Amino acid sequence: MQLRRNLATSEDGFLFNPSTGDSFAANPVAADILRMLKEGRTVDGIREALLAAYDVEANRLDRDMADFERQLREAGLLQG
Amino acid sequence: MTTEEAREPLTIAVTGLNAIDSPGPGMAVIRSLREGLPGRIRIIGLSYESLEPGAYLHDWVDHTYQIPYPSAGTRVLLERLAHIHDRERLGLLIPNFDAELPNFIRLAPTLTAMGIATFLPTQEQFDVRAKERLRAFGEAQGLEVPDQRVVQQVDGLVAAAEALGYPLVVKGRFYEAQVAHTWEQALKAFHQLSARWGLPVIAQRFIRGTEVNVAVLGDGEGNAVSIVPMRKLYITDKGKAWAGVTLEDDALRALAARFAASTRWRGGCELEIMRSDDGRLHIMEVNPRFPAWIYLGAAAGQNQPALLARMALGESLTPLPACPAGRMFIRYAWDHVTDISEFQRLSGFGEL
Repeated sequence: MQLRRNLATSEDGFLFNPSTGDSFAANPVAADILRMLKEGRTVDGIREALLAAYDVEANRLDRDMADFERQLREAGLLQG
Repeated sequence: MTTEEAREPLTIAVTGLNAIDSPGPGMAVIRSLREGLPGRIRIIGLSYESLEPGAYLHDWVDHTYQIPYPSAGTRVLLERLAHIHDRERLGLLIPNFDAELPNFIRLAPTLTAMGIATFLPTQEQFDVRAKERLRAFGEAQGLEVPDQRVVQQVDGLVAAAEALGYPLVVKGRFYEAQVAHTWEQALKAFHQLSARWGLPVIAQRFIRGTEVNVAVLGDGEGNAVSIVPMRKLYITDKGKAWAGVTLEDDALRALAARFAASTRWRGGCELEIMRSDDGRLHIMEVNPRFPAWIYLGAAAGQNQPALLARMALGESLTPLPACPAGRMFIRYAWDHVTDISEFQRLSGFGEL
């Protein structure tokens, strides 16, 4: 999972796609994921970090991360 | 003479002072010129009606003269411009309405001889982007323009609807468009738009996608000196941008550059583009002048009216790099208060 090259994000979870003008607001967990994606972390690395930071079961986290990836792809915010 | 060398203030005449809910570009052009040109400039407003707001905004417009409607032709327009020039010593004239451009294009050599610079497209360039000819131009240049039919009568509309299907975009000759989902809606739109703007009406295939507008400044040599793409964030019921944001997109820049190269466009223009769901870029319309949101470009570092003025006065400019994305404008309405005597002077004596 890799964000589009020129995507603008802010620490509080605001996303702006400079190619389309679309903007999005992410909740705090999603903002964490976006920040780590921008840092170049792998999906496995992000998963480990979230399991350590939040009181969440691995299965539930996997489902939510897959759902979030689908939303990012549908919004045209991922590479490829 | 360049603007830097000018000793007297450069006097620039500008039309399109109708800063209303479907605004003309004049006030945005004036704001850009005042910010972007070095030294003192003097702005002369040219208005068609007595209630064009810009005529009353004296911080922006030094003096306004009414000019005859485009339908009056070039002779009376030239007489009026000669009178204004005698009084004001115009150095540059920037027209901003589609309907007035043919007259100004025809007069451009005469204006040049009088010492009034312009920077306008040729009549051929103006004609090639006309709604009824845009499709053929796109096909010749390999630019995507939605399939369309030029409709003169109801029989033609029947054929167009069969060929293009629904939804069908029915467009007036000069302005306005309606999306028809049924034959009844298409017929109603045809009658409304032909009554308002005359024939022909254009029936265009509907393209589903996201609308993007691109302000382009061509140097007349095939180069796009400046390209500013913008996505509308808030659209009025007249389809006008009330808020918008600059975009940075290589495909849009490449398309605008190709348009400038293939037409050798001279002056400002606005490409109305639909990015379809599969990512393709379709040119829906080309407006032959600056858009009303052109000040956004100046705020993003690309002051197209000021650049146009410099080229009109003889400078050669190299194309600018991409303008930054994320600069946003929000238009607002503001009640300017004046005295009725100002209205009386403009409507009674033709100047203010």
